Amino acid sequence: MKVSDFLQIGLYIFLLIIFTPFLGSYMAKVFKGEKNLLTPLFGKFEKLIYRISGVNYEEEMRWKTYLFSLLVFNFLGFTIVLLLQLFQSYLPLNPQNLPNVPFHLSFNTAISFMTNTNWQSYAGETTLSYLVQMLGLTVQNFVSAATGIAVILALIRAFTRRNGNSIGNFWTDIVRSILYVLLPLSIIMTLLLVSQGVVQTFSSYLNITTLNGTQQTIPLGPAASQIAIKQLGTNGGGFFNVNSAFPFENPTPVSNFIEMLAILLIPAALTYTYGKMIGDNKHGWIIFSAMLILFITGLTASLTSEYQYNPVTGTNINMEGKEVRFGVTNSVLWSAATTAASNGSVNSMHDSMTPLSGMVAIFNIMLGEVIFGGVGAGLYGMLIFIIITVFIAGLMVGRTPEYLGKKIEALDIKMAITAVLLPSAVILVYSAIAVVIPQGLSSLNNTGPHGLTEILYAFSSAAGNNGSAFAGLNSNTPYYDINLGIGMLVGRFGVIIPALVIAGNIVKKNIAPVSAGTFSTNSGIFVVLLIGVIIIIGGLTFFPVLTLGPVVEQLLMKSATVF
Amino acid sequence: MKKNLLISLKLLLYLTVITGIIYPVTMTLISGLIFPYQSKGSMIVSNEKIIGSEIIGQDFADNRYFTPRPSAISYNPLPTGASNQGPTNIILKDSVEKRKKKYIKVNGLSEDTHIPVDAVFASASGVDPHISVENVMLQSNKVANTRNFDENKRIKLRELINRLIEKPQFGIFGEQRINVLLLNIELDKI
Repeated sequence: MKVSDFLQIGLYIFLLIIFTPFLGSYMAKVFKGEKNLLTPLFGKFEKLIYRISGVNYEEEMRWKTYLFSLLVFNFLGFTIVLLLQLFQSYLPLNPQNLPNVPFHLSFNTAISFMTNTNWQSYAGETTLSYLVQMLGLTVQNFVSAATGIAVILALIRAFTRRNGNSIGNFWTDIVRSILYVLLPLSIIMTLLLVSQGVVQTFSSYLNITTLNGTQQTIPLGPAASQIAIKQLGTNGGGFFNVNSAFPFENPTPVSNFIEMLAILLIPAALTYTYGKMIGDNKHGWIIFSAMLILFITGLTASLTSEYQYNPVTGTNINMEGKEVRFGVTNSVLWSAATTAASNGSVNSMHDSMTPLSGMVAIFNIMLGEVIFGGVGAGLYGMLIFIIITVFIAGLMVGRTPEYLGKKIEALDIKMAITAVLLPSAVILVYSAIAVVIPQGLSSLNNTGPHGLTEILYAFSSAAGNNGSAFAGLNSNTPYYDINLGIGMLVGRFGVIIPALVIAGNIVKKNIAPVSAGTFSTNSGIFVVLLIGVIIIIGGLTFFPVLTLGPVVEQLLMKSATVF
Repeated sequence: MKKNLLISLKLLLYLTVITGIIYPVTMTLISGLIFPYQSKGSMIVSNEKIIGSEIIGQDFADNRYFTPRPSAISYNPLPTGASNQGPTNIILKDSVEKRKKKYIKVNGLSEDTHIPVDAVFASASGVDPHISVENVMLQSNKVANTRNFDENKRIKLRELINRLIEKPQFGIFGEQRINVLLLNIELDKI
């Protein structure tokens, strides 16, 4: 590694820390409905949206109404994306005359974008019309991210309200997230990206004769506007097949740096928003530091692996599936960020990474997407781990566990465990089935232990709502499309529903004052304990299967064994 | 319940108009005004004909030109793609060995030359526009010999290569590299 490699990583982490309080406190104002920087611009417009949609913005919802609204809103979004694809050939803005998308693929893509997974079984440039990309995918990029934010806001209100019964208004949470946070950031980012060479046009693809006299068809499209929100909303579904490795999606090292920063920007800032809204800034930083420690640990392991000698190819640096302008360091940094957050966009091919780098990527996902995690989703996932942590700490000292003054009781723990177990079950059960049936095995691109990792990665990515892939696996088959789709649904709503049940239960409780016996959640010990719980749960669940996949492959690679 | 269903429908409709129509269309208009070249794909025009995009790599099999990186899609980006071969894949091992042998032979190098990794590993997009400076240097004799360059033209070629080296942006972002298409276009003018 060169000096500039360390500088880029250092700058990345530095900027992440710097932006967190600024964006975080701005978001806190927005979500509390207070006057903020953009109120003069959007305030009247926001009220207008409420009026024409029939929303009473002062109305408060109980958890069941909140959940019902969320589910209906998401289901409608799913239906629209599904229908747009099934009938795209009859609709306008399809300059390439692309045919209707088959049902299993439409189903997979619609679920994928509704659940903020953005798994790509499709290849954008040869499957989806500009209209579907805009009206279907771009819209879901916004609303699925906003849905994640809504859930964490409900939880925050549950922990801060004393003996309450309502947890906020789902509609205003959605509208404010989009109008004041996601849309303005996307507008700025679109222009930055276009300045670097990301395309933004409605022209049809260009057929050209190259310098060498051969033919080349260059795909185009309104890409920058979608890529901006794809990065910011931890969505990750590319406009083009190879995602941010394609020069039109990510042309320069600077565009790469901006896109990388955008992956973690909002999830990181939300920890500060959280601290601000619960009236305890320090606790926000405590959560932030637990996430950052996990992130840097994974990144370090991944870099070490990628810069090692591979006796199979006889090379010291692994450049397979990487772009020259990014090099190894930026590819690895991206892979760590995109899997820590449930973003899932890629600028290099994870399938071609060395075994242990691939393992870091997959393990980041398996830990439940809580290392910054998805927009909103990372933080509510982390809250679930915090609940488990204070429960375990409570068991150790023999006191009723408390968090932020609220007693954590049986129902809360049951729900927290459910939210951890459901996605893990999807990963292990589905992978176990896929490795013994022909429909599962026939899609493999690599054999040996790497093949197992390909399948494992697919179901981890679905359950974690990540969306990145060991892309050699041909997932566009009815078997994978349908089952990965179901996996994404369980991974998303198997966490959201328990989280909102917890919110509904917690909000009713009184806030107990801090006493000498209260276990402090603002100490270094708490950070260590929290990280320990996350690693132990993830480790115990997945260590056996990771041993059979990436660990064995690493050992075999070192002895130059090939498959 | 029914009320919330109705709100849901209306809100989704309005948000679709805002984020799915107004946002991308406005961005297209503004981008087209401020960055007309970039937003339309950074197309290179020569004799009133588009001969390629500055940032999309093209295939050059001919020894008269500098060779770009190996590509899993032969530089046909419909769709874009990579090999996705893992580090213990026998096909990858064979490909890398073949590419090394070919590189040494075509460029007339000695067997123990250190071959740049970007010359033996396929890119992620399949249309990587760049190769490393080291890779260009090792290929320059091949190109000059095939084109029967005299000493004067060889100096010009060296100057051209030095001129086209893209440094890391702002001194730290990304890797030092050379755009193969731009290099080959200028090469024809020597």
